[in-house]
Amino acid sequence: MKVVLQNLTKVFPSRDKKNGTDVVAVNDFTLEIPDGKLIGLLGPSGCGKSTTLYMISGLQKPTGGKIFFGDDDVTELSTENRGIGLVFQNYALYPHMTVLQNILFPLQNLKGADKMTKDQMLERAHQAAKLVQIDELMDRKPSELSGGQQQRVAIARALVKMPRVLLLDEPLSNLDARLRLQTREEIRRIQKETGITTVFVTHDQEEAMSISDMIVVMKLGVVQQVGKPQDVYDDPINLFVAKFLGTPPINVLSGRVENGVVYIGDDAVLNVSGVDDREVIIGIRPEGFELDENGPLCCELSNVEVMGRDVSVVSRHSASLNPLIRSIIDADNKVDLGSAVVRYRVKPHKFFLFDKETEERILYEVK
Amino acid sequence: MVDSKQQWKAWLYLLPAIVLLLVFTVWPIINTVRMAFMEGYNGLAIVGGATFKFGIGNFAKVISFTSFKTSLYNTMLLCVLTVPISTFLALLIAVALNSIRPLQKTLQTIFFLPYVTNSIAIGMVFAAMFNIVGNMGTDGHDIIITAGIINNCIEFFGGEPINWINAGSSYWANITVMVVYIVWNALPFKILVLLGGLQSVNKQYYDAAKVDGTPRARVFTRITVPLLSPMLAYVIITGFIGGFKEYSSIVGIFGEDMGPAGAPRRLNTIVGYIYDALPKMNYGQASAAALILFAIIFVVTMINLQVSKKRVHY
Repeated sequence: MKVVLQNLTKVFPSRDKKNGTDVVAVNDFTLEIPDGKLIGLLGPSGCGKSTTLYMISGLQKPTGGKIFFGDDDVTELSTENRGIGLVFQNYALYPHMTVLQNILFPLQNLKGADKMTKDQMLERAHQAAKLVQIDELMDRKPSELSGGQQQRVAIARALVKMPRVLLLDEPLSNLDARLRLQTREEIRRIQKETGITTVFVTHDQEEAMSISDMIVVMKLGVVQQVGKPQDVYDDPINLFVAKFLGTPPINVLSGRVENGVVYIGDDAVLNVSGVDDREVIIGIRPEGFELDENGPLCCELSNVEVMGRDVSVVSRHSASLNPLIRSIIDADNKVDLGSAVVRYRVKPHKFFLFDKETEERILYEVK
Repeated sequence: MVDSKQQWKAWLYLLPAIVLLLVFTVWPIINTVRMAFMEGYNGLAIVGGATFKFGIGNFAKVISFTSFKTSLYNTMLLCVLTVPISTFLALLIAVALNSIRPLQKTLQTIFFLPYVTNSIAIGMVFAAMFNIVGNMGTDGHDIIITAGIINNCIEFFGGEPINWINAGSSYWANITVMVVYIVWNALPFKILVLLGGLQSVNKQYYDAAKVDGTPRARVFTRITVPLLSPMLAYVIITGFIGGFKEYSSIVGIFGEDMGPAGAPRRLNTIVGYIYDALPKMNYGQASAAALILFAIIFVVTMINLQVSKKRVHY
């Protein structure tokens, strides 16, 4: 099922009626989610991603704009008639029911032509449980399950009525680091197996990038960039997106362009064309550095963190807007720890220029 | 763990409370048990050095008295009628209060008012409301007038006024008034507890139910009631305990005669029976009746706890 959001807007009226300003949680959100894809809504807290999800679910009404499932306008349709499955952040499993009763619950609500016999319901519940691999736990109460198992039950409950769209609100935030890795692959597998269009919300960029077909980066209710995870990472539209994606985060330095040369402090790091002389903000991905004894960028060496496959070189530069500059280089390169400085060359495709005022990306060509 | 050298300090600080409890709670309980088993106990005689035979004579006597049986029957009847009714009504009101936004605090206050009002005062107001029916006739011509608002309402809708509580009223009319009064008086505390429970229920359960298109009645029976079951169990258990101690509500409406004029003691309760025994110096029988009451409350509470073990989801 294709999902289309058209100029979706949500305004929460201010609590202080006289002189407070209304909060625009989601502002003019337009997006087309292709059928059968997994979409990650990504952004820091308060960016409107959960509000967007709840508007798709119908639990919140948009202030403006429209929502389509396929060709049906569902904007005015109530939650239960939209045919969605929703997994809540803390799962919201009914604590007094067993796993089986929890999964059966949505089926028992079906009315009219959809009404099922007991056997049909049990069969469907067992199918859903098998899909998320909890068919051994059917008689347990939620309190007797681990976080990861509860998560699976919540997904099974959402899937059992075969929803047109599956919505997941911060599905991994209550799990420990190990389970998180495992569960996100699990979500990916389940989504692929069922082919249900899935939207999930997360503030964890790694999580979103690793399993999504497409990510939507949001900030303060406004969509910043939509695209395949790798494309967004490689080609960020502005400084916010560049900073938000990637671990370790992008290095940000102040610099300037003079006669087609990008300067960081006094170091002329790259020759470019197509950019006027101006002050800029420079973003360099950690993997965008190459050690070079004669390299143009000279940093004060702080220390080296060994990670096995790679080493992470921590250094300082007076023009850096962060306290430290972190580069990741192949472990085959030897860094002289005795040296006071480390010199780099930069890889142009990992080297971004942003406008100092608007923080929009400035495109350039390497000369 | 507290250092053993420091322990005497802890005991010192606890001493005032312990002394008060020993004198006014522990000893009276022990003494009640002792008196209950002393046949023909007389407080004055025991000071004079008289001794009494130990035995179950007090219990045997109390149980054989019709007045005690009446009290026991009244107490049981009021419990069985009022606890389920008040719990059910409190649940409905709490759910309704919880689901409205405007005026919620105001209504909450109104529903809580009976709790802060003296129960004798409430009883007098109820007595006035359920009043009828004075036979104001002189020289053989009876003029029946209704003075209570309840009967006024009944008449307004074309019904026959009922003699609720005055002389000549029927037992079941009396019981009806008592049930209305006790239920009304018991509601605020129950509403408060249940509303508190409702407000601590995670709203996402209701969102989840909404996503699944759960009908309202099913949300109530399958989600709200089970999630409230710990509070419901608490309210029912304390309701039964309070119900077995029913006394002041009857005094409030019928006065110390515990019944309408012409039929005193008709609505007596076990606590009323115990109080009645005291001025007659029947301490032994009063103690025996108190122990019987304790045994009943104990057994009923145990049954309640057993049932709630199966039904309550913590």
